[in-house]
Amino acid sequence: MSWGYTINRARDIDMDSNDMTTSKLILEKIPSLQGCIACGACVATCSTGALTKYSLRKVHTLVRRGEYSGLLEELNKCMLCGKCQLVCPRGINTRAVISLIKRELGDHR
Amino acid sequence: MNKEVLIIGGGITGMQCAISLTEIGIKATIVEKSDKLGGKLNDWYKLFPTFTSASEVINPIKDRVKALGIDVQLNSEVIKLTPTTITLSDHTIINADAIVICSGFDIFDAKRKEEYGYKIYNNVITSVDLERMFCEGKVENLDNDTPKRIAILHCVGSRDEKVCQTHCSRVCCVAGVKQAIELKELYPKSEIFNFYMDIRMFGSGYEELYKEAQIKHNIHFVRGRISEAAQTIDNKIQIKAEDTLIGRPLKMSVDLLVLMVGMSAGKSNKDFANIDGVNQNNNGFIAPKDLFIDSVSSDIDSIFYAGCVTSPKSVGESITEGIAAANKVAKFLKS
Ligand SMILES: Cc1cc2nc3c(=O)[nH]c(=O)nc-3n(C[C@H](O)[C@H](O)[C@H](O)COP(=O)(O)OP(=O)(O)OC[C@H]3O[C@@H](n4cnc5c(N)ncnc54)[C@H](O)[C@@H]3O)c2cc1C
Ligand code: SF4
Ligand code: SF4
Ligand code: SF4
Repeated sequence: MSWGYTINRARDIDMDSNDMTTSKLILEKIPSLQGCIACGACVATCSTGALTKYSLRKVHTLVRRGEYSGLLEELNKCMLCGKCQLVCPRGINTRAVISLIKRELGDHR
Repeated sequence: MNKEVLIIGGGITGMQCAISLTEIGIKATIVEKSDKLGGKLNDWYKLFPTFTSASEVINPIKDRVKALGIDVQLNSEVIKLTPTTITLSDHTIINADAIVICSGFDIFDAKRKEEYGYKIYNNVITSVDLERMFCEGKVENLDNDTPKRIAILHCVGSRDEKVCQTHCSRVCCVAGVKQAIELKELYPKSEIFNFYMDIRMFGSGYEELYKEAQIKHNIHFVRGRISEAAQTIDNKIQIKAEDTLIGRPLKMSVDLLVLMVGMSAGKSNKDFANIDGVNQNNNGFIAPKDLFIDSVSSDIDSIFYAGCVTSPKSVGESITEGIAAANKVAKFLKS
């Protein structure tokens, strides 16, 4: 029976309980990712982002906060076309970032 | 030239202005309220963006003041001025042909932002405390030698109408990046998080330093203002913010919280602005005659300004204004 009540999960990003292992590993392998200045150019140019809610900037920011759930599904929308890499002002190898996150999160679901 | 110029404040700006005047043959006297020359720079450890030690900058300038035989009156606070006189706190009046106000700024009192618990929790310190601790070679209060996490909060007492500080203090972003790198070098195993509202890297080499902090030192930058800090049972500081780039609240506990305190208007500005022609901005800093072409002049021919008395500035900018004011004074005294 549904009484119309649900329990809301806390929306906090809890940096004390989040497991940062994968996040650290990714930043160790591609340190330039830490240089993101959140300009959003990668999202602006992204064809996937034009048609869905997918945002590479958000995905890798979440990774850097140790929040991984649902990200693999998000990254599966990417076509690896590389437009984001052409526009990134901090010269981040975004395609390498996408591939690495996908690889590391592969068994994280 | 038989004229006398009084310089109010013997910080880096006042000393440079006195040196420049003396070098072109004008007699200058520095009137300084504290017991030594140097101003805030006496308390800084290393300067951004080059990590040059502050003493390497301040000592040659102090030496030059001495070598030129410039008159220095220490322990003399100026409480009043007119176009041709200054009054000290002991009510001595000194005459002058021109006056240059180089009285700098005050450090924002972090206790006014109660929600961060400064002076309530041991592990909440300010950027000014941290400079002192770097000078002393030890970060106090840390319970263990390897802090796991350190947070640095930008814009404390700047860009905040709640404490009537509407301006940006300009130097704290890059000072915060500098201190993050210094902390990381001291504690390579700790994670450092800078919480910022905007990152303002206005000077030569500053943006490069920011990038170096991110990529080389793996310093984390989180866009969001910490709303409150509280001590946990195990003596850590729990902080709350929004990660605005994700759009979700974020919390974490840290071993140390460093508050990047802003530059507030000097408390003497109010006394100086008691005469017509010396005006304050809403934020309390002194307003120069014109921001573009008369940035070191007042509306009174014989009164000039230089350095942080008019707005937050870096050391280099302050020194440049000291030289600029000397030039304007010389032109005025010749006319
Ligand atoms: C935490 C922090 C770190 C910083 N780090 C750097 C850095 O790394 N690199 C950099 O370029 N800049 C840095 N700055 C900025 C730097 O401190 C200023 O640019 C510099 O101090 C400005 O010098 P000033 O002489 O104008 O003012 P001050 O240093 O404030 O000197 C003013 C002098 O006037 C005296 N005075 C005040 N009122 C009176 C009065 N009524 N009568 C007589 N004397 C008076 C004071 O006692 C003082 O000696 C930093 C600032 C902060 C807050
Ligand atoms: S590589 Fe992926 S994220 Fe980048 S623009 Fe193409 S689809 Fe978007
Ligand atoms: S374009 Fe580069 S710097 Fe800008 S948000 Fe994307 S990854 Fe970050
Ligand atoms: S320089 Fe940065 S930290 Fe300082 S007040 Fe401006 S935005 Fe805030």
